[in-house]
Amino acid sequence: MKDKKNNSRRSFLDKGLKIGLATVAGGVIAAKVLGESDEGEMVELMSTDGTLIQVPVSEVEEVPETSDYNVREGYANRKFVMVVDLAKCRNALKCQESCNKNHYITGDNAWLKVYKMQEEKDTAPYWMPMMCQHCDQPACVTVCPVDATFKRKDGIVSIDNERCIGCRFCMAACPYSTRVFNWSEPNQEFLMNDANHMAEHSPDHLGHPSIKGTVDKCDFCPHMIDQGEMPHCVTSCPNDVFSFGDKYEDVVTNGSGESVKLSKLLEDRAGYRYMESLGTQPSVFYLPPVERSDAFEDGLEHYKEFESVTKPTAP
Amino acid sequence: MSKYEELVAELAPREFKRTGVIWTVALVVVVVVGIAAYIDQIIQGQVVTNMRDYVLWGVYISNFVFFVAISFVGSLTAAVLRLTKKAWRTPLVRIAEIIAFAAILMAGITIILDMGRPDRLLNLFIHGRLQSPITWDVIIITTYIAISVLILFIPLLPDLAILKDRFKDQPFLAKLYKFFSLNWSGTQQQWFLQSKSIQMVAILIIPVAFVLQTVDAWLFSTTFRIGWDSTNFGPYFIAGAFVVGTGALITITYVLRKSYKLEKYITELHFDKLGKLLAFACLIYLYFNINEYLLPAFTAPKAETLHLNELFFGHYAPLFWFVTVGGLIIPVLTLIFPKGRKPLPLFLIAILVVVTSWWKRYLIVVPALLHPFLPIQGVPEQWHSYFPSMHEWAIISGTLAAALLIITILVRYLPIIPIYRTAKEQGILENENTEQS
Repeated sequence: MKDKKNNSRRSFLDKGLKIGLATVAGGVIAAKVLGESDEGEMVELMSTDGTLIQVPVSEVEEVPETSDYNVREGYANRKFVMVVDLAKCRNALKCQESCNKNHYITGDNAWLKVYKMQEEKDTAPYWMPMMCQHCDQPACVTVCPVDATFKRKDGIVSIDNERCIGCRFCMAACPYSTRVFNWSEPNQEFLMNDANHMAEHSPDHLGHPSIKGTVDKCDFCPHMIDQGEMPHCVTSCPNDVFSFGDKYEDVVTNGSGESVKLSKLLEDRAGYRYMESLGTQPSVFYLPPVERSDAFEDGLEHYKEFESVTKPTAP
Repeated sequence: MSKYEELVAELAPREFKRTGVIWTVALVVVVVVGIAAYIDQIIQGQVVTNMRDYVLWGVYISNFVFFVAISFVGSLTAAVLRLTKKAWRTPLVRIAEIIAFAAILMAGITIILDMGRPDRLLNLFIHGRLQSPITWDVIIITTYIAISVLILFIPLLPDLAILKDRFKDQPFLAKLYKFFSLNWSGTQQQWFLQSKSIQMVAILIIPVAFVLQTVDAWLFSTTFRIGWDSTNFGPYFIAGAFVVGTGALITITYVLRKSYKLEKYITELHFDKLGKLLAFACLIYLYFNINEYLLPAFTAPKAETLHLNELFFGHYAPLFWFVTVGGLIIPVLTLIFPKGRKPLPLFLIAILVVVTSWWKRYLIVVPALLHPFLPIQGVPEQWHSYFPSMHEWAIISGTLAAALLIITILVRYLPIIPIYRTAKEQGILENENTEQS
């Protein structure tokens, strides 16, 4: 993660978003505003092409620190994507464990599941992590009658659990079976012993808290992106199965912090999207399970057919 | 007593005898149990149902589809028979309209029972999005409820005026009839407006009913699901609604005829005609069923084959064949013979049709959900199958009983057979406010 932060162009978190932007006459972007706005005082600013210029302080206007971040719009000029390398997945299930823990999942159906896949007897078996595909043509969003599930400009499909009416049409519409329903009171309080445990629900951190009678699913962890980190599944995977990044930057980074060019990775490794034929245009790409270092059978050790959430027990 | 007075006496609403009272009380009990179960569902959440993340819609939705289907022919038959001016319709239309009204009202309520957050119902209006099939459903169901009320109410006006006079000794009842008769006195102007209105509503209800069934089908076929993702679904649902609506009409007509001794008005001819209508409906539905099941079975894509095998030979096979043979084949084979269209055999067939139609909706909703694109993994074993829980049965029974209760109450206070119209057709009208339409 360290290299990344030093590399401002490819910084995972666009720090620029967080720093108060200032505009001056002439279209110069200010990086910093110095001193009080006394008449005649000059301030040194760096223009977009990197040259230093002097501008009267009176011409400088500070834009409030609060960026116009809108949870329904997401991050401006970002387009989050994930790459899942099936060749590396050996069903260690650390991703699921971490996801369950950090989204305080108390139900019986995890948001991230590793499927034991085998299309036919004669075809090769493999492990396939499956989470919300954050489709660009999301079937769930199309059918939602109240705009409770929505598509953000940064590619994330999220849910406003304060608005959801619990009709479950989105679950019927999703071909990836990634949505889960809160059939009963989630009872997560004992898991959230931080100060925020009664926090207002936010589409930026689904499951914190979950709300009875509404739908939940993988949120692509905007709460981690906000801290300059990557989603829990990416960082917790011991095998670097997951890479996460920005399609516009054409870069994805895996859990060990190695960044690669997305388009080249997909080209070299014949990346594909699951059920492309449906036209949902997912944001998650898969790399085929070829030349695997581990035998498929090794993953069977952790495979549980009837369980994806180890029930946390109340103290 | 003149012939007219005799007719009014025979057709005016009558107080229930013992059976009627027991029947009503029994329905009320079932409804109350249903309401209690629903309150518990609100408190505990839908965990009290056996629906889970895979079978995310269950018997509430299939029951909803069933109600919507029943509401169809109740009023479509009424409208079509009105527009084609078939004289034999007279004693049947009002029963059909009452059934339609009760069914569509309960359909609207049943869909709410399935909501995880019924307290946010208003979000459908505050945040409603036109692209969602649920929004289409909300619009069309409310429209259909309104039209069903109108097509029941407007033709009632002359009869309500008659009843107002008949129940002079019961001031409260007389007041009610007077209020709802909207000062009907049978003037030329009133007859003109009434017949114009009936004509308009009867025409309007046909496209609305078609849209209603189609939108209902689209709730399923706008998804990617195997078993739902079918362009055949709209007409398939319309044909199915035609079947179950006619079945319900026959069943209830038979019971009312027996308990009110209406043999003079509802004759074997009526049953014969209804029997033919039902056979016709079943044949059309059979055609769409063949389209729905045979074509995917022929090309046999893998996922479809899995789904169809489950229906034809697997877990759902007994139910599937019961529904197909009992709901389509047996009715057609019986009803092509005149003897099969006598009141009693027709009544039994109609009951079979209604029961199989209810299960048919269950077979449309549930098995498709058990065959998602990805295998069902990582969830408790019980989630791999579905059968309604006690809460679901209680709530569903409550809705069915509520529909019957609505019908019962309307039958108790409204003339089942239009009095004025019957009198006119028999040429025994006394009151000389003659119709001018």
